[in-house]
Amino acid sequence: MSRLPAPWGNRINRDVPVTFSFEGRTNQGFAGDVIASALAAKGQWMLSRSFKYHRPRGLMSMAGAEADTLVQLPSDPNVQADRHPISQGLRVSAQNVNGSLARDRDAYMDKLGRFLPVGFYYRSFMGPTRNSWLKMWEPLIRKKAGLGVVDLKAPHADYEKANLFCDLLVVGGGLAGLTAAIEAAEAGADVILADMEPVLGGALTYGRDGVDRLDALLKQAAALPNLRVMTETVVNGWFEDNWLPLIRGNKLYKTRAREVLLATGSVEQPAVFRNNDLPGIMLGGAAQRLMRHYAVKPGHRTVVMAANIDGYRVALDLLEAGVELAALVDPRPGGSGGALASELAATGTKVIQGVVEEARGKTHVTAVKVGDDWLDCDLAVISVGYAPMWQLPCHAGAKLGYDEDSARFSLTLPDAALGIAGGLAGVFAADAVVADAQQAAQVALQRLNLSTREITPVADDEASLTNFEPVIASHPMGKDFVDRDEDIQVKDLQNAVKEGYRELELIKRFTTVGMGPSQGRHSALATARVVAKATDRSVDQIGVTTARPPFGPETLGVLSGHHHPAERRTALHREHIRLGADMRPVGAWRRPYFYGPKVDAKRLIEEEVHAVRNGVGILDVSTLGGLEVRGPDAGEFLNRIYTLAYKKQPVGRCRYCLMTNEMGTVIDDGVAYRLAEDLYYVTATTGAVARVYADMLFWNAQWRLDVDVLNVTSAFSGFNITGPKARDVVTALDGDIDFSREGFAYLDGHSGTVAGVPVRAMRIGFTGELSYELHCPSTYAKTLWDAVIKVGEPVGMRPYGLEASRILRLEKGHILIGQDTDALTSPDELGFEWAISKTKPFFVGKRSIEMRRNKGLSRKLVGLSFDAPQGDPNVPGESCLVLKDDVPVGHITSVLWSPTLSAHIALAYVHGDDADEGSVVTVKCRNGVRLNVPVRGHTFFDAENKRQEL
Amino acid sequence: MKILTCPMNGPRNINEFQSFGPLKANPDPDATSDADWARHLFRADNSRGTIVEWWRHVPSNYFFLAERNATTNEVIRTFDPSELEQM
Repeated sequence: MSRLPAPWGNRINRDVPVTFSFEGRTNQGFAGDVIASALAAKGQWMLSRSFKYHRPRGLMSMAGAEADTLVQLPSDPNVQADRHPISQGLRVSAQNVNGSLARDRDAYMDKLGRFLPVGFYYRSFMGPTRNSWLKMWEPLIRKKAGLGVVDLKAPHADYEKANLFCDLLVVGGGLAGLTAAIEAAEAGADVILADMEPVLGGALTYGRDGVDRLDALLKQAAALPNLRVMTETVVNGWFEDNWLPLIRGNKLYKTRAREVLLATGSVEQPAVFRNNDLPGIMLGGAAQRLMRHYAVKPGHRTVVMAANIDGYRVALDLLEAGVELAALVDPRPGGSGGALASELAATGTKVIQGVVEEARGKTHVTAVKVGDDWLDCDLAVISVGYAPMWQLPCHAGAKLGYDEDSARFSLTLPDAALGIAGGLAGVFAADAVVADAQQAAQVALQRLNLSTREITPVADDEASLTNFEPVIASHPMGKDFVDRDEDIQVKDLQNAVKEGYRELELIKRFTTVGMGPSQGRHSALATARVVAKATDRSVDQIGVTTARPPFGPETLGVLSGHHHPAERRTALHREHIRLGADMRPVGAWRRPYFYGPKVDAKRLIEEEVHAVRNGVGILDVSTLGGLEVRGPDAGEFLNRIYTLAYKKQPVGRCRYCLMTNEMGTVIDDGVAYRLAEDLYYVTATTGAVARVYADMLFWNAQWRLDVDVLNVTSAFSGFNITGPKARDVVTALDGDIDFSREGFAYLDGHSGTVAGVPVRAMRIGFTGELSYELHCPSTYAKTLWDAVIKVGEPVGMRPYGLEASRILRLEKGHILIGQDTDALTSPDELGFEWAISKTKPFFVGKRSIEMRRNKGLSRKLVGLSFDAPQGDPNVPGESCLVLKDDVPVGHITSVLWSPTLSAHIALAYVHGDDADEGSVVTVKCRNGVRLNVPVRGHTFFDAENKRQEL
Repeated sequence: MKILTCPMNGPRNINEFQSFGPLKANPDPDATSDADWARHLFRADNSRGTIVEWWRHVPSNYFFLAERNATTNEVIRTFDPSELEQM
């Protein structure tokens, strides 16, 4: 079939042929063609098989809403053939087809239709066994009824996000949107105009008499620098305070608009009659788009069903394009197309008052039945009414009503910075649309304090003529589709009502009506009418199902954007790399796991442990949280936040900090170093510092103490020098801090200058060895590190990583918050009674700790050890259960091989009755083996804690 | 995305904020029965209409209060916690 001559085809460039393939066969179209138009131009109308019955389907709207036009691209499923442009070499295939599109082996499903009523699946595929649905039926049905195939090897694509701001966002670039955007931009507003289509104009681009008007508008728009036009952009939802996601290709524009004006127009509604889904039956707008956009002649001989003036316009267009008009069928008693009717009569066209009741044809329409007559045709054009694009306004809280007289939905807007104009507002005649859009723009401008003029309203002489209700010609033999996406017929809805479902939301869930890709755009009006009739209510009472974002499908890539997770590095990151560290993620941080080549990991980690136990090691602890608590009430504040007492803590001393929440659950620990009467430097665990910082200020927002808290985690860096030879290292440093045994006692804190760097030094550690922790401003970290490394060299100081640190702490039985504690752990369960002040009147969690103590302990953390050699499977892993009388009572929280003790050591929760040293508990290994092991204290190495006080 | 007006930082996107739940009276722990203490910890009114809630502006770690209609999600006003002392 050759194309229509110009000016038909305003989107194609006939000088640029484009070759692509469909179902393996080569096709040729022109640049600017979409898949469906290029195929239609070659007489290929069938594009897919329907979801359930595998009926032949083709284009209906040319507006990219229905499932029938979804096709498969090599790495892209469910692509809209009526919107996706063709490109050189594009390979397109049909979806939901068994065999080929033309000879679908599942086409017999259509004949089985009457045995497959809605709800059939739920009832029939439950047995024979409990898992039959998942194991057998679901995979089988999925194969028969499905959409495209996801290409798991699809190449990676780049996705972006951006923020946009404007005074006014106009959604929809048709006559109303364009007019409003120009009106507002001319008044000086910063305007964005977004439209889904590649060119602005909406119905002006394909409707009769639209083109001249459009050219003038486009010129006006182009001359306005404060009007940003975004085509091929989907506004995919409305969120609170006018925040809207605009999606263009792989980019998401997060848009905040002071005012939003929706001019999304209306959706032409199909008519319901038997076989209304045959290829060759399409909406008036689709026929016009095929002709004006793509120069495709939609058929040779047509029947037009017109219940409004637009139908008469389409009929005249078809005649001008050389399509033979078998008849124009107007269902309205005494209805007419006004002046257009006489124009049409002049062509000798037969106008029949009646309804298309049925169509026939195998894979394409061959005739339609009007009254008792079958009229031969290869094209049936339906133009019977519209529904507003209510999705975005409904996201914003608009209410949808229905007016029985005009048979139309109408929108009532919420009280918000939001307006509607044009077809969406139920205004249709061009001059009335222009005035309505200008008025809507002025209303928005008024709220922006930019209003410029009064608009004189223009009466709409078409609005009441657009819809005509009784075009649901249900047929006793069915196949009268209300929802083509889901293959829902009139009787399916009627049956749902008979089953007792009266409310639309329930009917939707039972029948799946409106759940397909078109999301009720073409089915909601008819559904409401069918259900209203079946339940003896009005359409207004039925309404439509709730519209929620997103408006259309969106890819996960668009939602995730570019994937560059933020990574935190300590000031010493490059030093670790230089020393060959294996850097691993710890939350957002990267920390050395061990130093040296990966293949030697096991040996190197053990060497690092031995270095600390027998010599000296150094660990970067910069990721530890640092908080400065300052003010006259600082001591009182810490007293309330932590479980120990801090008011009488001497300046220059460090004290352990244990934090519980109001439930008495342990949530963090650290050390408080009193720098001055009114200043404490408090550490928090790496993972919890953000939360501790928030909690501290949350409490003080209520307590109103004279204290301020500053999170200095990133501002300070720190490293811990630990091991029997630690003092040899620190005393070799230049500076004014006395690191001698006499001058610097265990749990002392001293501030001064070391190697020219301001340092806060603390005798604290996690390894149980003699330890000095040096903290300094992060900008100095490398200087101090280099100085320490230099003086450490003669005594063989070795940097060690996180894994050695974990082993060293477990050998000492030090707990890790979050690893050895969970959301219920109380200090008593940890055996931390010593860390609870008995004299303080109050601290957060005190009341609950006491209440829980009175109820008795259900579990307690204890030490366990296993003599099996390293790697033996008969050793439990983390999370393995502790059993009592075969019932789980606890679990292993930490287990590691101790190179120092040559044994596996573990911390575990056991039943409160079995927590005494020597009690025997049962532990179940991963391989199912149960071990009976005696309970030990937490501290596996140096139980008297003598080494740290050397 | 909702906009919340922080008393210190002005109107900001809601994703800069963290909700800390409704403002509750802090009972005297020592004068409260176990049952009432448990109720204080675990029960929330979840009432319709206007409620007063704690909010945190995360980047500045500033805590403030908001009066919000829990039915319509309309924020009536936001204010600094120092105002509580005058309430």
